[in-house]
Formats: sequence, structure tokens, C-alpha cells
Amino acid sequence: MLRRGTDLGFRMSAWLAKALVLLSWGPAGYGDELFYGALRTIEISVLAYFLGLTIGALGATGKLYGPKWLKELLHGYTTLVRAVPELVLLLLLYYAGTDVVNTMLGGFGKGPIEVNGLAAAVGVLGFVQGAYSTEVIRAAILAIPHGQMEAARAFGMGGPLMARRIILPAMLPFAMPGLANLWLIVTKDSALVSVVGGIAELSLVTKQAAGVTKQYLLLYLVTAFIYLAITLFSNRIFNWLENMTRRGQRKLT
Amino acid sequence: MVWDWLFTYWPQLLYGLWITLVLLVLSMVLGMLLAVPIGLVQVTGPWWLKYPARGFTTFIRGTPLLIQLWLMYYGLGQIFPMIPGLRHSFMWPVLREGFFYAVLAFTLSTAGYEGEVMRGAFLGVPRGELEAARAIGMSPFQVLRRVWLPRALRLVLPTLNGETILQLKSTPLAYTVTVMDLMGATSMIRQDTYRIYEPLIFIAVIYMFITFVITKGFSYLERQVPVKR
Amino acid sequence: MSAKVEGANGTRPEAVVVHDLHKTFGDLEVLKGVSMTAREGDVVTMIGASGSGKSTFLRCINFLEMPTQGKITVTGEEIALKRAHDGDLHPSDRKQLERIRTRLGMVFQSFNLWQHMNVMQNVTEAPVHVLGLSKAEATERAEALLNKVGLYEKRDVYPAFLSGGQQQRAAIARALAMNPRVMLFDEPTSALDPELVGEVLKVIRDLAEEGRTMILVTHEMKFARGVSSHVIYLHKGVIEEEGPPAQVFGSPKSERCRQFVSNSH
Repeated sequence: MLRRGTDLGFRMSAWLAKALVLLSWGPAGYGDELFYGALRTIEISVLAYFLGLTIGALGATGKLYGPKWLKELLHGYTTLVRAVPELVLLLLLYYAGTDVVNTMLGGFGKGPIEVNGLAAAVGVLGFVQGAYSTEVIRAAILAIPHGQMEAARAFGMGGPLMARRIILPAMLPFAMPGLANLWLIVTKDSALVSVVGGIAELSLVTKQAAGVTKQYLLLYLVTAFIYLAITLFSNRIFNWLENMTRRGQRKLT
Repeated sequence: MVWDWLFTYWPQLLYGLWITLVLLVLSMVLGMLLAVPIGLVQVTGPWWLKYPARGFTTFIRGTPLLIQLWLMYYGLGQIFPMIPGLRHSFMWPVLREGFFYAVLAFTLSTAGYEGEVMRGAFLGVPRGELEAARAIGMSPFQVLRRVWLPRALRLVLPTLNGETILQLKSTPLAYTVTVMDLMGATSMIRQDTYRIYEPLIFIAVIYMFITFVITKGFSYLERQVPVKR
Repeated sequence: MSAKVEGANGTRPEAVVVHDLHKTFGDLEVLKGVSMTAREGDVVTMIGASGSGKSTFLRCINFLEMPTQGKITVTGEEIALKRAHDGDLHPSDRKQLERIRTRLGMVFQSFNLWQHMNVMQNVTEAPVHVLGLSKAEATERAEALLNKVGLYEKRDVYPAFLSGGQQQRAAIARALAMNPRVMLFDEPTSALDPELVGEVLKVIRDLAEEGRTMILVTHEMKFARGVSSHVIYLHKGVIEEEGPPAQVFGSPKSERCRQFVSNSH
């Protein structure tokens, strides 16, 4: 029994030592790789998020005020994205996107190229985010009391001025919870990019490191906690932002 | 577009559809069963249940499902063989399959998200109704079984449609751990036939169809439960 | 109503002229040819039962509602209209519409203060961004107006934290900040608790006494009688009776108008 105890103690401290080496900075460990992978994940997420917001703002405007054909097109877009798994869309768009770019290049008499991994990831994730953003922003605009816009019109405001000064700030308190949630979704969805590969974001780096070192449990746990840290930190920022946009509202008790 | 591969591979696709549906139903049902206590202890439980439950939901909701799945499949898959005797037990054939880890990861994921929803639902039941139940002499367990839980579940029902669809959309991740679901079958077809788009477009339509059926099913269910609209 | 600008020929210039206004919602004709002239310094009050079309009439003047037929002239400028797909007349020149609207200060029944701006920002918003005033100029103007309506102390407060009466006074200051030629009031006290009505009516009365041109839709009969230069009684989309307040309230020709004014006290 005694022998077994010391044996276990020895094995645990050996494991711990190995873990420390594995997570260290530099050529011996994967600390730096994970760190830069996390930065890449944040980069992809931020870019995709803002691409999604842009699509969402345009999509919501089109869905609310656009001509009938545009409304139907946008309805098809949001329905499709909400019903088809992200992974399937990701693969479809990734290959389709690469094809389209190369066909266009072929038209200009240039040979095929390897599509930039970052651009592909951002494009695909942004396309998916855009559909959800469209719905969040559309609902938020619909939630603005009608009189707010009517007053703006009565004071001689034109469309663009009203959009910037009244509609945008007035819809934000309604949109913020949904938009915060979309940010959390995109940081997590960015992990899907690792299935296609092509860019060294956190999940792909972890997958490769784990494949080499066979330290699956340790590495995936560490990576999970890095994602968790990103989420918890983002929550703080979004809480602060939400309070900012709610300045004019009474607190519900 | 070339579709003749459908004639060769329809059995695989049909089997994949079956696996996808089994994954979905198992993880939703088991996940909901776990979600009820996870939600409940966060509302009324002692601290040693409350904090682990809160930590669990935070972890699940704050990390990608793909990482959770790989943590189970590769991480636990690495631990299990070290447990003495497990390798020779009847469980071993199951523990070697990606399917087991996919069900486990999806179930825990559902439990985490739905646990949070259940927490809100338990809090959303008006206190007066619980007081009324206590006032007519129900025991705490009776209050839970007869009033609190049924009321909370009714509050959750309208959200279940959306949650089920989200869960359906997560199931293709299972193919990354060798499960032959719809996505796994598609991946195999794509490798065999070199068709890039058609199989993906085909299952995209299938997923949309399943989504449609789920939505119809839930709206039928909701019509069976009297709710004030 | 003492200091009224007299025109060369003894009449004051026309501020708002509405000619033969019709408005149809689906099958329902809400306005069946209503005409009105408000000269500078006039206080024209529209009275009538709910559904008589008086609010719709007021909202057509600055095109928050599009008329089905008719002609509207504001400070001598006729608004160019064209028939749209929905069958109503829409302003054909967006720039002209926006320019005309800056000359018409609108006060709404439900205040419609912008909820994401405090009182000061509400009052300076349109002068800065629509009229192009400098921030300092607009702020100076706003401070004077907020003093006038008794809300200077509340300038940093958001609308949600004000009483209805305070919100409506802020909304009046917001409209005045555009230096409008005509003020339009759409039932300004109907959404207020009874004890808050007085403070808003007092501000409106002060404006009338300064000689401001106003078109007012209201249910406050006593107030209308005291403040108006001209009263119009609308019934089911047509003018049933109009004239000086003494006539409309004192000796109306129409039996329906007599009943209406005697019942609403």
C-alpha cells in the first residue's frame, strides 16, 4: 500500500512537471502557440462580428423598408442560416467562396490561388452572424416607440440623419442583449474553423499540439479555460456597454 | 450538378439520418433531465450544490461545444484505459465509440444551456402560487412536484422549439469524432465521389426539412397545452 | 393677442392655408373637405368629438399623415404633392418638405421626447443637426427656453425621470427651439394626469399672449374659449361650425355644436 502511495505521488508530480513544460513559452512548450492562437481567435471573431453587424444593419433596413423582392431574398437568407448547421454552411461557403474567387481570377487571366485563411473564416462566420444580426436589429428597430421617429420627422430630419441620431441610439438598448449574445456565439463558432483548417486559431493550434504531444486532456482543458476567460471578460464589457445604452431608462425593480 | 451518387449511397444517408435523430433525441431528453436539478439547486439549493451547478453552466456556456466534444473524446478517452478493469468490462465496447462521447458532450451541453433556462423558469413562477401550495399543507417535495415544476416547465415550453433546433444544428460536430451521422455519411460520400457541393447541399436541405418538422411538432404540442396568449 | 402684425392692407399675412383637405383610411373617409386659414398671430383651435378627424387634420399639415386630396400652403409656400401608389398625396420634394417642417413646431399628445437624450439634448438636437446652428448658439437658446417653461433645473435629466407635465413642457421648449413660424399642438394635455394639465396650459397661454401663431387641437373647452382667436368645430370630417370663440361657444348656429360645447365642461 505504502509503495503504491508514493508511486502515485511520484506519477502526479511527474505529470505536473510535464504539464508545466508543455505550457511553457518557447520551443519546448506550447504556451506561446496557444497565446497567439487565442489572439487569432479574437481577431477572427472581432472581424466576423463587425462584418455580421454590417450585414445585419443593412439586412434589417432592407427587411423593414426595402422593396418586396429584397424582403423575400432576406427572408430566405435568414431562414436558411437559422435552419442549416453552421458546420455545413461553413464547408459549403468555404469551398464555394474559394471557387468563386478563383473563377473571377480565371476571368482576369490569373491562375488559381489559395484563399487567405483569415478572409475565408471571417467571410463565412460573418455571413452566419449577419443573419442573426439582421433579426436582432430588426426586432430592436420595431421595438422603438413610433413617436420617437415621428417627432424626428416633424422636426425636419431626413432619413440618414434620423437613422444616425434617433433610430440607432434608440434601438441600442433593445438590441444590446441580443448583440452581446451574438458576440459570445461568434467567439465559440470560430472554433469550427479548425475543422476546415487554414488558419492557426486557438482550436486548430490545440488540436495540432495535442496530436503531437498526446496530452489531450490537459491541452483541451487549458484551451476550454482560455475560451471561458474570453467569454467572462466579454461579459464584463457588454454589461458596461448595456448600462451605457440604458442611460435614459428607468431601472426595472 | 451531379446527383447519381444518391442511388449508390442512399442507405448510408438513411442510416446517417437515423444516427442524427438518435443523437438529437438522446441528448435533448437526457440533457433536460439533468437541467431540471441543475436549475433547481441554483434557485433553492445549499451552497455546495448551488456553486458547482453555477460553475457547470458557466463553463458549458462559455466554451465551444467542439472543444467540449474533443475534451470528452480525446481527454476522457485517454483517461478511461488507465482505470483498472474498465478495459475488460462490458462497458468497453461502448467507451471505444465516438458515438458515446458525442452523446455525452451533447447531453452535458444541453444540460448547461437548459439548466440556465430552467433556473430562470423556476424563478419566474410567481411566489404567491408556491405560498398557496404550502398554505394548503403540501410538503416541500409536493410543492415541487405538483406546482413548481409543472409551472416552470410550462414557462420553458415555448423556448424548447428553438433550443431543439440549435441542438440539431450542433449534431454534425459528431462527425469530427468518427460518428457516421448525416454529416459523417456526407463526408464519406465526398471523399469517395469527389463531389464537393452536391452532398453538402443535399444535407443542408435535409436539415432544413428536419427543422421544419420540429417546428410543426412543437407548435402542435403547444396547442395541446392551454396557455394564455 | 394685442401685438398683431398688420399687413399693408389691414390684414395679417397668411401663415397656414389648408384648402379642401380630404383623408381616407381604407374605406373610411375621415376628412371630407376641410379648409382653414391661420394668419400670423392667430390661435386657431379645433374642437370636436374623438374620431371627428381633428387630429388627422393637424397631422396632415406637416405630413405626418398624407392627405388624399387637398392643398396646403405654409408661409406662402405651397407644398408640391404627387399621387403615390397608396392613393394618397405625398410631398414630391423631400427637401421642401423638410424645410417646411422646420417652420412648424409640433407638440404631440404623448410628448415623444427622445428617450436616449436628456432634456437639454432634446432641445438642441434639431437646431444643431437640422438648422445647422452651432452648439453654443443652440445651448444658449435652449437655456432661455427651458427657463421660460420652468425646466432649467431639469436640463440634465432624461425624459423617463420626468412627470408627464414636465415632459410636455420640455417638448414645447424643443418645438420652440426651432424658431417655428407656427406651433401645432395635438391634444397636448390629453395624456396628462388632471393635476398636471394646468402647468402645461399655462405655458401655452403665455405663448398665445406673446402673439405666436398656433393651431391647437384640444378637449379643454374653457381653455379654448379663453385663448383662441378662431374656433373650428369638426363633426365627422366636416366643419360644422366655426367663428370667434364667443360665437361658437356662446351662440352656435348648429344644434350639434351647441350640444357638444354644453356637454363638455
